[in-house]
Amino acid sequence: MATTYRTCPASGLQFEAQAEKLMKWNAVAAVLWLLVGGITAIGVIMTRWPAFKLLPPDQFYLILTAHGIDMLLCWIIFFEMAVLYFASSTLLRCRLATPMLGWVQFWLMVVGSIMTNVAIFQGESSVMFTSYVPMQAAPHFYLGLILFAVGALIGCFIFLGTLAVAKKDKTYTGSIPMVTFGALTATIIAIFTILTGAGILVPTFFWSVGLIKEIDPQLYRMVWWGLGHSSQQINVAAHVSIWYLIPAIVIGAKPLSEKVSRGAFLLYILFLQLASAHHLLSDPGMSAEWKVLNTSYFMYFAVMASMIHGFTVPGAVEAAMRRKGFTNGTFEWLRKAPWGNPAFAGMFISLVSFGFLGGISGVVLGTEQINMLMHNTFYVPGHFHTTVVTGTTLAFMAVTYLLVPTLFKREMIHPKLCQIQPYLFGIAMSITGLVMMGAGTLGVSRRHWDMAFQGAPFTYEWPGAAMLMMGMTGFFGVVTIIGGGLWIYLVVGSLLWGKKLDGGQYVDKPTPIPAATPAASASHHGSDHVAVPGTVVLALTLFVAFVLYYYVNWKYLSEVWLLS
Amino acid sequence: MSSILPPANRLWWKESIDKTEWFWIAIAFVWGMVMFVMMIYWHIYGKQNLSNEAYKTTPEAYAAKAEKFIAENTVRNETGLNGEEIPVVSVPAGGDGYLIARLWNWYPILELQKGKEYKIHLSSMDYNHGFSLQPVNINIQVIPTYEHVVKMTPTSAGTFAIVCNEFCGIGHHSMLGRIYVKE
Amino acid sequence: MAENDDDVPFMQKLLDSYYVLTVIGVLSPTILYTLWGIVDIMNTPLAK
Ligand code: HEM
Ligand SMILES: [Cu+2]
Ligand SMILES: [Cu+2]
Repeated sequence: MATTYRTCPASGLQFEAQAEKLMKWNAVAAVLWLLVGGITAIGVIMTRWPAFKLLPPDQFYLILTAHGIDMLLCWIIFFEMAVLYFASSTLLRCRLATPMLGWVQFWLMVVGSIMTNVAIFQGESSVMFTSYVPMQAAPHFYLGLILFAVGALIGCFIFLGTLAVAKKDKTYTGSIPMVTFGALTATIIAIFTILTGAGILVPTFFWSVGLIKEIDPQLYRMVWWGLGHSSQQINVAAHVSIWYLIPAIVIGAKPLSEKVSRGAFLLYILFLQLASAHHLLSDPGMSAEWKVLNTSYFMYFAVMASMIHGFTVPGAVEAAMRRKGFTNGTFEWLRKAPWGNPAFAGMFISLVSFGFLGGISGVVLGTEQINMLMHNTFYVPGHFHTTVVTGTTLAFMAVTYLLVPTLFKREMIHPKLCQIQPYLFGIAMSITGLVMMGAGTLGVSRRHWDMAFQGAPFTYEWPGAAMLMMGMTGFFGVVTIIGGGLWIYLVVGSLLWGKKLDGGQYVDKPTPIPAATPAASASHHGSDHVAVPGTVVLALTLFVAFVLYYYVNWKYLSEVWLLS
Repeated sequence: MSSILPPANRLWWKESIDKTEWFWIAIAFVWGMVMFVMMIYWHIYGKQNLSNEAYKTTPEAYAAKAEKFIAENTVRNETGLNGEEIPVVSVPAGGDGYLIARLWNWYPILELQKGKEYKIHLSSMDYNHGFSLQPVNINIQVIPTYEHVVKMTPTSAGTFAIVCNEFCGIGHHSMLGRIYVKE
Repeated sequence: MAENDDDVPFMQKLLDSYYVLTVIGVLSPTILYTLWGIVDIMNTPLAK
């Protein structure tokens, strides 16, 4: 099919017309779902805030189901589709494989997400996004999810197809860029995720229409989490790719070592998805051997990979800043980093919050025995709001500050507000996540309407500290929502009213990526290692926090009743 | 020469890795092994391991066993806040106690003694429920058609609550149970 | 470059072969997590 290409004069990125359109539409759909999810967040937070308890229980559970689905699936996966098109067609400067199928991807996901939302808001499907059987939702709840997943699967295959196109058309030489490799990792995980999801959602759909009599509830949980948790691992691979992308564009950072970073992604491909077992550590039907091997990503190889990325990403920033001449002391590079650039600031907060809060809490929560202290408590949403929100969502927000000018050809409005938005959102959500984890440590349940247990045969009073933390959750949650709302306003406002920018000429042929000159590649034979002492200090700080918090929890565990 | 371009060095796998990177990789690897061994170590020496004893059952079969246990071991009745009569069942030391999770209560009230080991059976009559013992903070998933046998030794005495912490429908928040532990 | 790939190390070739990566990335969790998990569940004895 004939298509055209343009090279953005500001960023040098080359967009193929079909891919460009698909990126735009998917990104816009993502933002709209974030808006819906953000509105549901108001209902959720104002109900969990004990001083307000806004909604009655039926509405709370309905809204919470919508919040989980619209945020975790709709917002994130639509955005990921845009990322996949970008990482394949744009970074490899080639045409998109089967653009028509791209529209099938998009519309299936649109129809699917709307169908599931209709089911939820009709009120017969308040089953939470996990929809554990035998609790049953309306058939179109499952059908919508299936359509959505099929759409996403098509997106994955287009990504792989586009890699093949680039190879065949020789638009690049050698290996694909690091960011594309990270996106490939996300795609591979997504394929497993969606196939597994089909494996459970299709039978569940048939069960909901009465064609299948029964689904084993333990089997459901096991297979469902192959979907539910692996999809979080897609997010990790995607936002780590963005951590590599943003510093590359903003300060010209390059990986410290291609070998190390790609090796770490390979460990993700092999082992990250095993972590689905995190959700079954306190279940009856799984063996201890299965739990230990899977929850540890096969002996913690994927944690090792994350720790490596957590080193090489700031390391790449430090090396780039030092090459620019910020060489004084251990931390001049960090002080003089472009903190006023919202893309960079968002990316760095995402990195730090994901590492220190989401990463550490996730590994602790995923330790077989320690899980019993926190399973299904408020600790769990506390943990994942510091992974999928301050990690993934913030990284996506950050990269959007780059995409609006280059992809949508609009200048961001209110540059001053843009500058503060990542701090507002990132810091407020980090605090929210922390106090949620604090409340969970004190036993507070997740997905629970009433901490006063109205209508129960007994009373139980939560510790005062737990109530305090829930109040703080409410307060900082609201601040986070303001930070998220601000982002939506800035992005939508820029698309509507931002100054139009020159997008470059449309031409018929792609300009391939020039092969590296022998000189450039010579300078890469290991001779130009820049020492990164500041990153070493940061990484060791993370390590010490990790070890301490890990053993503090073993200590807590040793104090509860004896179990065997 | 950057993360968004193909590696400049065609044979990038042959590049040497810097010492600091090796240092960090080694730390990450060793720490991973330590954490892996910790879980196995705790299985052998730790005193808090979730039992793996589980059986496939049916709500009817489980309810029958539980009712028999209640009939044989009830020591008194208690009146709940809604006027319901709830049996308090003393579990024989070293013996089996049955707890039913159902919409929306934990049934019956169990009475235990501090320092004695019990085999507590958990199962659900309908949906998933969450056994969340407070303020001890032990949390176990309760799944219909699975009977989970957990050996427990209370190390503290008093009145404990069982909160349901798996969403189980509109009455989920009112699903509060009780365990007494005598000195 | 494709004409002369003899000097490319095995690991680099592996990391460049996205179809191979896709296959092993899907097989690894399918075997270790899903299939083993199903075996575990099937092996749950019946209650007496
Ligand atoms: C914008 C600010 C946000 C606030 C204040 C917020 C608040 C909350 C709270 C308090 C809960 C726990 C409710 C409960 O268990 O009782 C929750 C659940 C959840 N949130 Fe958020 N959230 C926000 C944004 C997000 C985003 C951006 C995502 C995903 C990308 C997300 C994904 C989820 C999911 C998956 C759940 C679990 C729902 C369930 O338990 O079924 N949230 N949120
Ligand atoms: Cu319940
Ligand atoms: Cu419940």
